[in-house]
Amino acid sequence: MTTTTLSASAAANAARRGSAAGRIALITGAWLTFALFLLLPLYVVLSEALKLGFGTFFTALVEPDAISALKLTLLAVGISVPLNLVFGVAAAWCVSKYEFRGKSILVTLIDLPFSVSPVIAGLIYVLLFGAQGFFGEWLQERDIQIIFALPGIVLATVFVTVPFVARELIPLMQEQGTQEEEAARLLGANGWQMFWHVTLPNIKWGLIYGVVLCAARAMGEFGAVSVVSGHIRGYTNTLPLHVEILYNEYNHVAAFSVASLLLALALVILLLKQWSEARLSRLKSAGDEE
Amino acid sequence: MSRRISPVIPGFGLTLGYTLVYLSLLVLIPLGAMFVHAAQLSWDQIWNIVSAPRVVAALKLSFSTALCAAVLNGVIGTLLAWVLVRYTFPGRRLIDAMIDLPFALPTAVAGIALTALYAPAGLVGQFATALGFKIAYTPLGITLALTFVTLPFVVRTIQPVLADIPREVEEAAACLGAKPFQIFRHVLVPALLPAWLTGFALAFARGVGEYGSVIFIAGNMPMKTEILPLLIMVKLDQYDYHGATTIGVLMLVVSFILLLLINLLQRRIERP
Amino acid sequence: MSIRRFALAALASALIAGPTAAASTEILNVSYDPTRELYQEYNAAFNKHWTAQGKEAVTVQQSHGGSGKQARAVIDGLKADVVTLALAGDIDELNKLGKLIPADWQSRLPQSSTPYTSTIVFLVRKGNPKGIKDWGDLTKEGVEVITPNPKTSGGARWNFLAAWAWAKQTYGSDAKAQEYVKNLYQHVPVLDTGARGSTITFVNNQIGDVLLAWENEAFLALKEQGGDQFEIVAPRLSILAEPPVAVVDKNVDKKGTREVATAYLQYLYSDEGQRIAAKHFYRPRDGKVAAEFAKQFPQLKLVTIDKDFGGWKEAQPKFFNDGGVFDQIYQAQ
Repeated sequence: MTTTTLSASAAANAARRGSAAGRIALITGAWLTFALFLLLPLYVVLSEALKLGFGTFFTALVEPDAISALKLTLLAVGISVPLNLVFGVAAAWCVSKYEFRGKSILVTLIDLPFSVSPVIAGLIYVLLFGAQGFFGEWLQERDIQIIFALPGIVLATVFVTVPFVARELIPLMQEQGTQEEEAARLLGANGWQMFWHVTLPNIKWGLIYGVVLCAARAMGEFGAVSVVSGHIRGYTNTLPLHVEILYNEYNHVAAFSVASLLLALALVILLLKQWSEARLSRLKSAGDEE
Repeated sequence: MSRRISPVIPGFGLTLGYTLVYLSLLVLIPLGAMFVHAAQLSWDQIWNIVSAPRVVAALKLSFSTALCAAVLNGVIGTLLAWVLVRYTFPGRRLIDAMIDLPFALPTAVAGIALTALYAPAGLVGQFATALGFKIAYTPLGITLALTFVTLPFVVRTIQPVLADIPREVEEAAACLGAKPFQIFRHVLVPALLPAWLTGFALAFARGVGEYGSVIFIAGNMPMKTEILPLLIMVKLDQYDYHGATTIGVLMLVVSFILLLLINLLQRRIERP
Repeated sequence: MSIRRFALAALASALIAGPTAAASTEILNVSYDPTRELYQEYNAAFNKHWTAQGKEAVTVQQSHGGSGKQARAVIDGLKADVVTLALAGDIDELNKLGKLIPADWQSRLPQSSTPYTSTIVFLVRKGNPKGIKDWGDLTKEGVEVITPNPKTSGGARWNFLAAWAWAKQTYGSDAKAQEYVKNLYQHVPVLDTGARGSTITFVNNQIGDVLLAWENEAFLALKEQGGDQFEIVAPRLSILAEPPVAVVDKNVDKKGTREVATAYLQYLYSDEGQRIAAKHFYRPRDGKVAAEFAKQFPQLKLVTIDKDFGGWKEAQPKFFNDGGVFDQIYQAQ
């Protein structure tokens, strides 16, 4: 079934219940909330960015420091997302396919980084790898730089995005159960074959959704990265940190221009997500029909 | 030990092992380092740090604003999820796509934009000023900022569950003469509660720790609008690592207990 | 698979063009917030001077942030060759906590290692509608004062001490001075975490009637925002704000950059270095350059941290550490 027919039946239902007035009130309420909480902040960012026209807007984006910040951000995202992707699949697998003691604790631990203050997320790596930290001396003797360099930025980014893929997959895989995998096993598939040919196709779109959210969040992380970055211009500044610097330099137009670049990246990512989600629900409804 | 649902599916050891190692290396050991750091203090010292008036005030502020934001999200998040799942209307896809935006927008940018909006001379703030109250630099401003950054949590946890509730159940109830409110109370609330709780807890926990977006709009007045994460920063700037880690541990323990309770509660509701 | 291809493409594009090490020598200057513009110009000037002596060109990397935060980053392992921070107290911690520099670091360069100074002045809205002339006017009914949080901002500590010094001289005792600063902070609606944050609150968000600011910060705000919206008011008495500089011994010895790092700081004392500082509204130390720019800076009476407060070693714990005067004025409400 397609989404249009689904939503058509929704509309029919609503009409049947005779709550047209309530429906309009609810939709208006949703639009107002959306406008007030999401559109207005967006409008502020974009209008500030374009205050002096497109020329200034683009100058801010091609400035060398902005470009190096963009590269660093993409690099950090490019490393941390695959790491969390593999982790997410493994975690969702063991949580959803098996029953074991302490599962609640494990699921809570996976969620934990959501609720750790970004300030703490940065601080813990400083406590471990800083010059005064637990491994500080050992690292210094070997001249290995972790915080105030790329590894620290990646670590902080990975930390804050750990739960995204796992959280997306766990309910999906729980719902799908284990019959298809069991069938594959009975037909003689080995573990990897089963995973590649049965599980992965089933979770593909959910996986993409998780990755997309993970990437969006990784790009935008500010607090944790700020603690471990060292703020060296052109070297260890990510895009969000670059925005802060520009803002602090009275360069508000440039700050908001770079912010809207981040925003545009996020929107592209969210559209990708929307597309994968549509595929997911189509797949799901096709599955329901069978 | 472990009890598997299905003995034919391989990979339990591998995936659980990998999950545990990964979590340990990236999350548990670093967080443990903080505990070790804070544990170098005696109980008396810890108590002195935690019970200092400024810390208590910040604790109250952080938890109460995060709670308000989570409650607010519980309401508007449910509204948004309901409308997105049940109705078709112009702009539905746009709203649906943009709900996740607060996750993706750097918190500092959110903070700057929200301050520009809600400051006394700002786009929204001027109306508040005209009505004689202030939004930015008050707990109200903090609550609004937190509501913004945690908005996706409730919407996104409720949405799939709502989509799965068979409409026939509601229709059946309606046929049996139930009024809309009764349907809501007896049919929808029990079905939505676990997901709603998860969203609520995640929003709450995230709100307590939020720094970047709040710091611009908070005003940061000691005893009045100073949030816990800022207090950690303040302690760090005084080179007081023990004080900072102690507050960090306090926040972490509270968040962990909260999330664990919610996860347990959810399992009980799901599998009575 | 599309995911894999996307990830690989992102990784590859980032790796190819990632931050690459330049061929020339590099040094890192870790500084506090308001010096960005100053060091951007100074770095170019120093490079010219340095290469003119037949030396290899040097790339000076810059890092800016709150003074205390920056000192902490260096202690935690940020490989700074030189630090140029807001107050000596923060650099002292590099010695105390980090063992990165010797205790007598301040005597290694002229003028207690402070090549330029500043002071604390008032920035008010055009026409000075609230009639603010001196510290006493700040606690008048209906006046809103913007200053950052002394716990997190070096500049805010200078603000606090300047207010204290004036009150003590005017009212005669520590108790009266404390009463005055308590009253003063009751007029503060927002405590930003850094000096630049406060300036933006005052200038862009239009909060408050008067901003307590570094003199250089106030001049810069005038320059950036146009002089038609704000004006500077010099109080009768203020404090000599001394932002010192130091070579970080442990780091330069490891990297082999001691010679260039030392020369980098010494050149700040040259005529050109002093002129650049003055151009960015820092008060030059050199008498000749100071005379050139005499018209730029208002004349006011200045107390000093060492003579009037017994140095940062006494002032920091007394006023700003946990339980100090600043905490007391908030908790006693």
